This record gives sequence, structure tokens and C-alpha cells, in this order.
Amino acid sequence: MTVAPNTLRSGPDDRGFFGQFGGRFVAETLMPLILELDTAYREARADPAFGAELETLNSTYGGRPSPLYFAERLTAELGGARVYFKRDELNHTGSHKINNCLGQILLAQRMGKTRIIAETGAGQHGVATATVAARFGLPCVVYMGETDVERQKPNVFRMHLLGAEVRPVSAGNGTLKDAMNEALRDWVANVETTYYLIGTAAGPHPYPELVRDFQSVIGREAREQMLAAEGRLPDTLVACIGGGSNAIGLFHPFLDDTDVAIIGVEAGGHGLETENGHAASMSGGRPGVLHGNRTYLLQDDDGQILEGHSISAGLDYPGVGPEHAWLKETGRVSYVPATDAEALEAFQFLTRVEGIIPALEPAHALAHVMKIAPKMDREQIILMNLCGRGDKDVFAVAEHLGLGLGS
Amino acid sequence: MITTRIDTRFAALRSEGRAALVTFVTAGDPDFDTSLEIVKALPAAGADVIELGMPFSDPMAEGPPVQASSQRALAAGQTMVRTLDLVRRFREGDPDTPIVLMGYYNPIFSYGNDRFIADARDAGADGLIVVDLPPEADDELCLPAREGGLNFIRLATPTTDDNRLPTVLANASGFIYYVSILGITGTASPDTGAVQTAVQRIKRRTTLPVAVGFGVKTEDQARAIAADADGVVVGSALVNAVRDSLEDGRATARTVGSVTDLVRTLARGVGEARAGVTA
Repeated sequence: MTVAPNTLRSGPDDRGFFGQFGGRFVAETLMPLILELDTAYREARADPAFGAELETLNSTYGGRPSPLYFAERLTAELGGARVYFKRDELNHTGSHKINNCLGQILLAQRMGKTRIIAETGAGQHGVATATVAARFGLPCVVYMGETDVERQKPNVFRMHLLGAEVRPVSAGNGTLKDAMNEALRDWVANVETTYYLIGTAAGPHPYPELVRDFQSVIGREAREQMLAAEGRLPDTLVACIGGGSNAIGLFHPFLDDTDVAIIGVEAGGHGLETENGHAASMSGGRPGVLHGNRTYLLQDDDGQILEGHSISAGLDYPGVGPEHAWLKETGRVSYVPATDAEALEAFQFLTRVEGIIPALEPAHALAHVMKIAPKMDREQIILMNLCGRGDKDVFAVAEHLGLGLGS
Repeated sequence: MITTRIDTRFAALRSEGRAALVTFVTAGDPDFDTSLEIVKALPAAGADVIELGMPFSDPMAEGPPVQASSQRALAAGQTMVRTLDLVRRFREGDPDTPIVLMGYYNPIFSYGNDRFIADARDAGADGLIVVDLPPEADDELCLPAREGGLNFIRLATPTTDDNRLPTVLANASGFIYYVSILGITGTASPDTGAVQTAVQRIKRRTTLPVAVGFGVKTEDQARAIAADADGVVVGSALVNAVRDSLEDGRATARTVGSVTDLVRTLARGVGEARAGVTA
């Protein structure tokens, strides 16, 4: 691999670090497996047949390329920059998660693994994993916090239909971080047969790198589509950040385009001033080590991990992918919060103005677009990753609006 | 490398011809005062080495017993400062029994690695086990800890094959902790035959003592493992004894005694292991 000088796209180093972030902080039982995964991934990446098979699956099964859409009415309503959406919510299973799952299931198959496990928060990654497990005929166990099982019932049912076993996790607050702990425990006990299909660009090296690589199809397509549509690159990219896989997928191909401003939108929950009331690990946390990597974490003064809060089950993770932590430190990407209330408003606004029901996760990104677009010039362009659709969220949103649907 | 209480204790036991009983409890479980009482009572009950858990919110390698124990300690207000204070107060009355601090990296990293090493040493700790710091991360804490006079106890597991074993042993000190099962603490019971083979495999590569843990719950298991291994680690069974003694989540008059009673039976198993073999 040739590495261009002065690039922000060459990380991580061979120990899995992006600056001080990333690495492989795992128990010894997992270490040989992590090293084996690393070797298998390097070989797969160098194998044209692997790339070709993934591309075919992405197009014929996943539905790629996803369209680039000019949101004309939204743009008119906001009265500023032209807003484009990268419509990854149109993918099979309804979000960007399928991009990563297709890549990793091929890798699992290549490694001869016979059982798939995953963690999920909102259930989007769980559904995508259960989907590819069904497609490839592998048994699948999905760990999901019991709080999330409750607030994401439609996705739990979808996973059952797809033949996956959903194991509710009651430890901690019963959310995404607890599900990830439990998946790691399963993996330690079943290392020989089991492939852990991590859903976000976090965890021990090489997961942050390989998830990013599989998700970067978003940014590569968007870059080409934008050049075709407008003859130039966008002025600003916006994406929501939980663990950060959709965002790094959009951002990575643009990192060296210095004229493109890049903004990641974290879950501001009840507001950053509310203690343990948000999930904005970069805006409101500090560096630490969890789930195999060093990154920004929500934690108390004693280094105990906080649960975080977001209206969106897909964003209330107390950490973030290590490459984002590094992009924050280098200043290349700005990370800002959007609150629950702002996301709810954006959710309803987009639905009415464009006829697109977004997931609550990208509704956070949209909330920020709604703040900045009116202040920008009409010739400027914002490209936002609309990474998931909101069908799964309509019951939860009805509850928040006091219009419970009695489900 | 200086000689620690761990080195001294294992050398003494070796000359006595018996294995060490390594007892794990979580600092601050179920509360600071009771925990200190438990730890103080361990040596007289037969513990040769004390492994003291530094509670963490997300203990990834632990099964439900140690997870719950960690949660109880945190709920009772345990912090790193208080854990080191507990070590200090124990050490005032016991100059000899080695203490190994066991936990996860984030609370240490948050406290500050250099400050932690200095304070742990000053408090009277002798070694560290940090589950999520593999040898590939030795520059983080292992090497500075050794500089600072603390043993860094390395875990070897059934997945640590002969190719990898030298990496695991390279900067290890104190003893090697052999994880007897593929899995988390306090779940499956080890196959003593497989453990024996693994212990011998490790001992061919190192002069350090090899202790065995994960899934050891009973006197009989302790006896079987102590026939070959240099130490037997028991944790989940002890924190379950704490749990079972509580009423409404609070310590009772039985709490300390229920832990020490179990330690006595385990110590009997360990003590008889080689006598039984040679008799």
C-alpha cells in the first residue's frame, strides 16, 4: 500500500492507533483471535475476489449505490445552503448498517467461523446482522440491553423473524454498552467457532479500521455523485455520531479535501449541562479505555463509565470510534451536540417537508443542518448522511409527543 | 527487579512443598468497613495471597458473581482512592501477606498511571493484574509498574499457544495466572487434566510460579489443581459467599465468617493436595 504524504487517511498504524486513540485493549483470551482477524482482513482486502463479491452483494442485495438527493423543499424552507442527502436509509434493512454486515459476514465465512454474535442498541445493527446471517445460513445471537428491547420492539420482532436469537441484557442500565460487554463475554467463551460482528467503528483493532473501510462506500459514492450533480465537492458534510460508523463512512473519503468542512453531531440528550443526561462523549467526556480501544468516554471522576442518555437508542453509547477521537484532536472534524428536543423537531420537520421519515439518529444530524443552513450562502452545499429510516421510531416518537399509539 | 512479597511468599511455599491459596475479593464489597474486615481475616483463614478487585462498571471478563460484587462496591461508594486506603489499612497490621490489585485499565488510566503506581506501592500493594492490558500494550503500564517495584502478573489462557507464550511471558513477573477455561469468571468448571497439561507447558517456559483460576469453587477442585499448580485462585465462590450473607443488600454478622469459613475449607484442600499425592 502506498501512503501519500500529508494525508489524514493513512491511519491506523500497525498497532491500531490513530494518534493516542484506538489500540487493542482486550483480555488475553481474545488477543490471538484479534490477531487472526487482523491477518484475515489484510488478506481479504488484498484479494480482488473478496472485493468483487462484496460489490456484487452491495449492489444486488444491499441496494447500492444509494441515491444522492437534493432536498429542494427543505432547502427552500431553511432559506440558505443547498441541502443534499446521501440516502442510506433506502438500503436493505433500512440503514447504513448493512454495508458493514455484508463485509464482515464475508470475512467470517472466509475465516471458517460457524456462529455469529453481535450487539445492538436501536436494533438496526442487530437486524442487519440477523439478515446477513440468514442470507449465509449461519446461526446468530444478538445481545440487546433490556431497556432497548422494550423501546425497539419492532426490531426485536424482525430479528426473531430472521431466525436470530435476541438475548436481553439486564446488567447496568440495559443499553448498548451492556450489550457489548455481554457480547464480548460470549466471544471469550466461544472463540473457536464464533465471529463477533461489531456494528460500529469502535472496539479493538482492526474493527475500527475494517468497519470504516466497509462503510466508506458511502463517502466514495457521495463524492462521485456530488461531482456529477454539482460539478464540485460540498462545502460541509454533516452526520450523526453514536459509535460513528455512518459518519466515518461518509467523512473518510473527504478527509484530505481541505475545503470541505466536516461536522459530526453527537446526542446532546437533555443538554450537556445535565449530568449523565447526554451521550456526547467528545463534547462532554474525556479519553479513557473501554471495549478494546482508547477513545473519548463518558465517565465519572473515578473512571467508572456512565450510561449516557439519548432519545435515540442508536446513539446512547458512552464512547465513540477512535478515529473520531483523533479527528477531533487534530481539529479536522468539528463535533457538536444536538438535543433530544431538537432531534424530535427535525424528525417531524423532515417528514412533513420532504415526505421522508428519518430515524432519530440522523434526525440529530438534521437538527444541526437546520441550525447552520439558514446562515450559509445559497450557493453553498451541505451534504448530510441520512443513514437510517424512522419506521422503527414512530412508536417512540408518538410516546414523546404524548400521542402513544398503544403498542 | 526487586524482590516483592509475592516472590518471597511463593518461594517459602515452594520450600514447604505446597501451593498457594490466592483469594479474590472485591475492595469495598459490600461496604468499605466490612470489606476491610474480610481482607484482614483472610490470612488467618488460610489465604496465602490476597487478590483485591478494583471495582469497575464494565468488567468484561467477569461472570455474574464478580460483576455483582463490583456493582455492590461501587454502590457503596468505593473509589480508587478508597481501594488504596483499604490496602494501606490492611498493611498496617500485616507486613507479609502479598496483595495483588486486580482490575481493568480505565480506572487506573483515569487516576493517572504514574500516580497509581506510586500510590499503590506506597499503600503496600505488591502486584497488578490488569485484564485488558495484553503484552502488546506493555509500554502503557507493565513496564512502568515494574520500574516502580510492582509485579505485573500476566494471564495465560487456553488460546495462548506455544507461539504466543513467549510474548506473554516476556515481561511477566510475580506469577503467571493461568485462566483455566475459555470464558468468564465463575462459570464453567475447569477440566483438571487439561489444566495439568497447560500448567506443565507453561512451566517448561518459565521459572515463575503458575497459579490457576476461573471456575474453581470447591475444596475438591482446589485439591486437584494444587497438586500441580503453584497456586489456586478462588474468587467467584467467595464473592457469592458475601452475597449470600447479606440482608437487604447490607452486611450482617455472618458476612465475614461466611467468607473465612469457605477460605478455611479451600485452604484445607490446597494444603492436602500434595500430601494426598505422596501418601
